[in-house]
Amino acid sequence: MSNVPADLKYTRTHEWVRNLKDGTVEIGITDHAQHSLGDLVFVEVPETGRQVGAGEPCAVVESVKAASDVYSPVAGEVTAGNPELAATPELINQDPFGAGWLMRLRPVNAAMLSELMSPTEYEALLKVEGA
Amino acid sequence: MGRRTPLFELHTELGARIVDFGGWDMPVQYSSQIGEHHAVRRAAGVFDVSHMCVVDLRGDRVRKFLEHLLANDVGKLQAPGKALYSCMLNEAGGVIDDLIVYFLDESWFRVVVNAGTRDKDLAWIRRHASEFGVDVKERTDLAMLAIQGPDARAKLVKVLSPAGAKAALALDTFVGREIDGWFIARTGYTGEDGFEVMLPAKDVVRVWRELNALGVASCGLGARDTLRLEAGMNLYGNDMDESQNPLESGLAWTVAFEPATRSFIGRKALEAVKAKGGARKLVGLLLEDRGVLRSHQKVIVSGVGEGETTSGTFSPTLERSIAFARVPAGTNGRVQVDIRGKLLNASVVKLPFVRFGKPRIDLGVLR
Repeated sequence: MSNVPADLKYTRTHEWVRNLKDGTVEIGITDHAQHSLGDLVFVEVPETGRQVGAGEPCAVVESVKAASDVYSPVAGEVTAGNPELAATPELINQDPFGAGWLMRLRPVNAAMLSELMSPTEYEALLKVEGA
Repeated sequence: MGRRTPLFELHTELGARIVDFGGWDMPVQYSSQIGEHHAVRRAAGVFDVSHMCVVDLRGDRVRKFLEHLLANDVGKLQAPGKALYSCMLNEAGGVIDDLIVYFLDESWFRVVVNAGTRDKDLAWIRRHASEFGVDVKERTDLAMLAIQGPDARAKLVKVLSPAGAKAALALDTFVGREIDGWFIARTGYTGEDGFEVMLPAKDVVRVWRELNALGVASCGLGARDTLRLEAGMNLYGNDMDESQNPLESGLAWTVAFEPATRSFIGRKALEAVKAKGGARKLVGLLLEDRGVLRSHQKVIVSGVGEGETTSGTFSPTLERSIAFARVPAGTNGRVQVDIRGKLLNASVVKLPFVRFGKPRIDLGVLR
């Protein structure tokens, strides 16, 4: 059973969003996503300053098996990519909701965060997908 | 639901992630694909390869039949139990499948073909067997395990009788024989020492559990793929198929043009390719930049032309990305690979990448 922290928001494509309360959010992939991908060996994070749209592919996570796009949950400007992931992509497997964060961004419209899935809704999605 | 091997329930019990592989529900990994890979390079792992198709060929003219059917020459097989790797070609020289053939006695050979090509292989073999009066029988009663790694032989013989253990340890590489009612061969697909074992399906769950208890790791198809790629071994369907000939697939060493009097299927087509010189070749690539090579990425060879990767992955042993690519025959040195629109540098290297746990290529510096 996947871990679904109660203080985060989620997407159908298995990203999580943490409100950092300073007008920015932190984004990563969920425990379910990292488990499905398997051992991560390469991660490409977006450059600081890049403008991304909601649902736009903005990062790539590659496991031994396959490459997978990560979609930005909300529109905004990238304020940081996780610099540790270039050398230690396995942080995503070890700590998907913490040290394995992918990027931070400043949402164009913070109100859009409320449109994302709650932990309960995300857990229901995992059940439907047979996870 | 796909076809299942006798080990399917055990794989599920062991927590394997199951995927479709050529119509079979097979374990891709149990816990960590990289962990399973390292277990085989450093100690021992066991793979379920029961989906592969074991076919017994019997008849007085079976050797003649195989001399005609296969691009490699079964004339090399003189000692009972000796195995040979070969392609089976169509008239155009395209690869129908790659296989292992064992010489058991003058009226009995055994071949092991790929799971995904079973139906067309059996149809092709039967079509040509009839004129030689050879009987073709698929051995669906057998399960098959691959036990691979530096400790694999020592572990497997612990589940045999004392006499069986002695006989198994005496096997030379690429030789198999019947031991304790099982067919045990010193073959594999990982670049490590080990055995492949064909045994009655009813025994296989017990044997797997015993091997686990001896410290042999359960390994899935994911690790099998990274191991064979590091070992420089082709995968049918990725690295060659019916649209490619063995000479342009890194398999020239498996085609026996001598003796010149042996007329195997596809010979004429291959002789034409050989006379002209193949336009393409299959090479190993080592990525010099960060990233992961995958199949079907475009390869750009400056001043020479373009090619394509046929298999690619992250190599757990080298901690770098590696691939096979089919490129113009004049390719050497450095190439570029298009990965999602970015051109990354890769160097052409001599295969294999890894053998017996050790890198065989110069890694240079990761850029």
